[in-house]
Amino acid sequence: MVLAIESPESVCSIDSEASLVTVRARVRATAVDLGFGIVDQTKLVTAASELARNVLRYAQRGRMIIEELDNGDRRGVRVTFEDSGPGIADVELALRDGYTTGDSLGIGLPGAKRLVDELTIDSRPGQGTTVVITAWDS
Amino acid sequence: MKLEDATPIIQLGEHLLVSMQGDLDDRAVLQLESDITRSVSETQATGVLLELSGLTIIDSFIARVIARLAGMIRLLGAEVVVVGIQPAVAITLLELGIGMQHLRTALNAADGMALLHEIRE
Repeated sequence: MVLAIESPESVCSIDSEASLVTVRARVRATAVDLGFGIVDQTKLVTAASELARNVLRYAQRGRMIIEELDNGDRRGVRVTFEDSGPGIADVELALRDGYTTGDSLGIGLPGAKRLVDELTIDSRPGQGTTVVITAWDS
Repeated sequence: MKLEDATPIIQLGEHLLVSMQGDLDDRAVLQLESDITRSVSETQATGVLLELSGLTIIDSFIARVIARLAGMIRLLGAEVVVVGIQPAVAITLLELGIGMQHLRTALNAADGMALLHEIRE
């Protein structure tokens, strides 16, 4: 059983470049609070930075929700990035290294996936994208 | 950009020392890129030491700007050495898929300065 705790202050809007700094600070604070080591903290914060930047780049705005997890054995965190942007036509392709439709290196999504324990994408073209990452204390 | 995040560019003889600090937003990173490029041109510096120990994360955007900055400094005829990347940041960059193999690196500022002098000889 995984217990998720969502508090009101865990929702953060993503609507400007300045939001990226807030996103990184919030995720860092949660990782520290959960007792994550410095490497796990850095990986999680970097993954969140990549995903928040994707929201800005492709959808202009969206939001991030942080939930702390406890499976009775380990503590973890689930971070959701939601937007109502154009969506991703081919999720499998978007997860491939080097693939990009924007002006980037095309490592955002596949790179972020490597930095966390789990990354799932739910996207509907024309309606939006939800990317959920989960990381557990190692 | 907050004042405490402002990045000083220090001239040491014919070299410039730039110590990037804090959680820089994209605008601050791009501003720094143009400030450094201009300083190299104005001071006719022959080497730039980019000291990154103050950065707690380097994501793909920041990494790309650092790589591009290094390329521009070289085009201006100066050498670049990157020092001080935190171990957790280095591990994360590699897993992210950014090797930065084309950058000259050194363990710390003293080694980096020595390397810059060596390159010129």
